Amino acid sequence: MSKPRLTREQIAARAALELPDGAYVNLGWGIPNLIAAHLPRGVNVIFHSENGILGMGPRANPREEDFDLVDAMKVPVTLTPGAAFFSQVDAHVMTRGGHLDICILGGLQVSEKGDLANWRVPAAKGAGNIGGAMDIAIGAKRLIVTMEHCAKDGSPKIVKACTYPLTALECVNTIITDLAVIDVAPEGLVLREVAPGFTPEEVQKLTEAKLHFGGNVPEMAAAHV
Amino acid sequence: MSPREKVYSSVEEAVANVADGSTIMFGGFGGAGFPNNLIRGVARRGARNLTVISNNCGTGEGELGILFKNRQIRRVLAAFPGPGAHYFHEQFDAGEIELELVPQGILCERMRAYGAGIPAFYSPVGVGTEVARGKEERVIRGKRCILEQALGADFALIKAHRADTMGNLVYRKAARNFNPIMATAASTTIVEVEEIVPVGTLDPEAIVTPSIFVDRIVQAKGIRHV
Repeated sequence: MSKPRLTREQIAARAALELPDGAYVNLGWGIPNLIAAHLPRGVNVIFHSENGILGMGPRANPREEDFDLVDAMKVPVTLTPGAAFFSQVDAHVMTRGGHLDICILGGLQVSEKGDLANWRVPAAKGAGNIGGAMDIAIGAKRLIVTMEHCAKDGSPKIVKACTYPLTALECVNTIITDLAVIDVAPEGLVLREVAPGFTPEEVQKLTEAKLHFGGNVPEMAAAHV
Repeated sequence: MSPREKVYSSVEEAVANVADGSTIMFGGFGGAGFPNNLIRGVARRGARNLTVISNNCGTGEGELGILFKNRQIRRVLAAFPGPGAHYFHEQFDAGEIELELVPQGILCERMRAYGAGIPAFYSPVGVGTEVARGKEERVIRGKRCILEQALGADFALIKAHRADTMGNLVYRKAARNFNPIMATAASTTIVEVEEIVPVGTLDPEAIVTPSIFVDRIVQAKGIRHV
């Protein structure tokens, strides 16, 4: 199976289409961090950063860096008009309290019920890093997970039940991968789009959980970036 | 207490009673808002067997890294130890440090509760995960919740931009983060600031931490970001 799949940038570009104009949005680490650069023209969203910024803009130019104005990754950023600073408590009043319209996190595993595991690989040494992911996953009005469809060893990351340490139960609404867009629905996982060159059946083979789909599953939008 | 008595002339004096076995909160997140001069003060003082509460566990020798390097810390509560926390990871992997990993929003909410006189609270964060282990669970309005305990400390070591001599504080940009919350949750709050100004200079509308939460003020000298 060596057909080309979407790149990380292409996954990000597809995920960017899920952001409506005017939405309050938190982007996690990894692929989600690439999404801001792919917003369609005319779509303006307000980015929340869990270290205490609402209205976070792009990365600062090297000569304009201010190390008191950083994102949660320690990267110097800028502000957009209307931005605000606040404490850590207020930052998570926004996440946990259900005030953010859309949050996009990276994932290690997502289950067919929408359980998410994204903070520690069980076999790896070390403590793991939860950060704000559990608060974000619980509170987001809509939670999207962007990730590669399969792990590096080829094993499926969309599974019947997560075997990795959980972030939150039944929290994911949509999964966007290098092979598909999948919604978590009451009846299970619904295959909404497939990557160019792939059939729904091929995507199912690379997915442990059962995918529901009809006869005509469209190609992933904006996959041609 | 006269406002003047809160201003200390050196970091050494400000941290002089940080003793072996103390529990200390340290502000800072993403490299911003760390009380780096106070941290160095605790490192020089050499207090050991510390319990530390902070978002992360240092970057190399920077931020809390120096305290891990000196093996002054026995127990940590953190949300995101972080990939740069080499000294922490070394000792954690060797089983020399006890870690309680706490979701970030719960870490600060537990501090807020302590400072606000709330002994514990129910929250849905972490239900069904490792974080819920050993915690009382109940269903509230149809939602599974776990009981989280308030979190206080002997000392909060924080960083602000400006203080007046009474201890009113304003912060700068994203360097605010955990600092105002920690100020409410410790027996003794020690702040390092860029600038100390006379009482009455700060706009009351702009003060983020009112003076009642601040015990000691010291002018930061030297290290800002590491």
